[in-house]
Amino acid sequence: MKREVAIVGIGYAGFRPLTPDLSYKELVFEAATRAYAEAGINPRTDVDSFISVAEDLHEGTSITDEYVPDQLGAVQKPVQTVAGDGIHGLAMAYMQICTGQFDIVVVESHAKASNILHLGHVTAMAMDPVYTRPLGVHPLALAGMEMRRYLDESGLTHEHCAQVVVKNRAHALSNPLASYPAVLEVEDVLNAPPVAEPLTQLEVSQHVDGAIVVVMAAGDVARALTDMPIWVLGIGFANDAFALDSRSWAQAEYARLAGQMAYRMAGIRNPRATIDVAEIDDTFAYKELQHMEALGLCAPGEAGYLVAEGYTSLEGELPVNPSGGSLGVGHLLDASGLARVLEIVWQLRGDAGQRQIPDVEVGLAFGWRGLPTTSGAAIILAN
Amino acid sequence: MTMEQWVYPSVYVKEDDFREGRVLYTTWQPRLFYAWDRGTAIGRFLAELKQGRIVGRRCRRCRRVVVPPRMFCEHCFRPNDEWVPLADTGTVITFSRCYITWDMRRLEHPQIPAVIAIDGASPGVGFLHHLGEVDPEAVHIGMKVKAVWKPADQREGAITDILYFKPMTE
Repeated sequence: MKREVAIVGIGYAGFRPLTPDLSYKELVFEAATRAYAEAGINPRTDVDSFISVAEDLHEGTSITDEYVPDQLGAVQKPVQTVAGDGIHGLAMAYMQICTGQFDIVVVESHAKASNILHLGHVTAMAMDPVYTRPLGVHPLALAGMEMRRYLDESGLTHEHCAQVVVKNRAHALSNPLASYPAVLEVEDVLNAPPVAEPLTQLEVSQHVDGAIVVVMAAGDVARALTDMPIWVLGIGFANDAFALDSRSWAQAEYARLAGQMAYRMAGIRNPRATIDVAEIDDTFAYKELQHMEALGLCAPGEAGYLVAEGYTSLEGELPVNPSGGSLGVGHLLDASGLARVLEIVWQLRGDAGQRQIPDVEVGLAFGWRGLPTTSGAAIILAN
Repeated sequence: MTMEQWVYPSVYVKEDDFREGRVLYTTWQPRLFYAWDRGTAIGRFLAELKQGRIVGRRCRRCRRVVVPPRMFCEHCFRPNDEWVPLADTGTVITFSRCYITWDMRRLEHPQIPAVIAIDGASPGVGFLHHLGEVDPEAVHIGMKVKAVWKPADQREGAITDILYFKPMTE
């Protein structure tokens, strides 16, 4: 059963490197309050199901879904946790609405990255315990190795990756929510301390705390709630092989497959011509380039040149990460994909303030679950 | 009837097989460190415990008083309204006599965890704590109890600033 589905409310809270004044529950309550006010709904009576996107080891609590209901207005309602990127949660909500059993579904994700004292140890827990972990290689080395292989196969250069950092942190200058706005030169990025060569410190997004809540509704319900529903044209998610010995190191296969699924649903044959604005995972600078190519926004090996010539800047043909992306806004762990969606929704509504792009009709958001995963999810939205 | 007919004839793995490397395995010691922000509601709650007081929050719409406090009412889904000083006494809602510790050591004398409805909070609202200075066999649902606090100079703003609850003598 296919139904029309729209985003009818989206709320945020936090987006700061430290949030000692608020517990994660208080952050989520604030984000939820904004989202419900926008949608004009009462969660206690109007919402049919709630989905939380969370990773137990990021929370330091197992079965984190048990802790979700209070701050979402979900007490004594259907609640579940999806592990993945926030956009995986939107896919779940979309499917629930398509069953016809649910008209309004809420998706929540949050990050309290500042509360994780050693994220490296947490990420290490995701590595295979028998034949990878004992080697004692920091997970960021996987990014360094992937970047090297990607540059080698694509023919792009480190300078191209550095351009992504310069662009996204400059975009962040006009985003009041962004924690890492900066005016940088390519040389600054290249000369930053190496983390795992060729990856330098400035090419790794820094974390922020925050929460995002999205309200999704079925067609007629959405039209009744708002004059400005943001329609889901397509949604997709996919994984590559997880094993380090057999995954694709140069191309982001998960992004290509997730994009294909979303484009097929949306009936989009030429993404580059159709998409007006894109928010794409840039956990690491090279990831934005790799993801652009995998998502069919340009030819393989072309992404770096598009960034360098300003094609993906705010004033360019196809702005990518006008919010500043994870490099400019800050990385929100599992909620990062929803931060991408937040910007696309604002752009499509004309609510993006200083960084509003004129005449946007179709936007793409893509989230990656982060190291060491090969999980990605894409959503195509239209006003 | 013996078990043997249900068990495949085989050689059992013994501890020595692991010790002497005949059975291979890999171990990992997780190193996970967190420092949770307490936030507004629990931050105040813990600061008050340090002063030897228990506080809750009231929602003016549904009139519930909850403890431990939160800044919003989960039933009305709205910010709740005011701090409420509560007594350090309460009523046992339910309890157990527990002969194992959380890490599964046997106890000769049981721990007595109990959920205690705090006086001044809404009926049935309270938190988990220990009972002490009590004959384990005398504990019962509905028993009136009172907090036994750490000495003021040893309190640190933690739920353990209350050592345990003990029976109130009528």
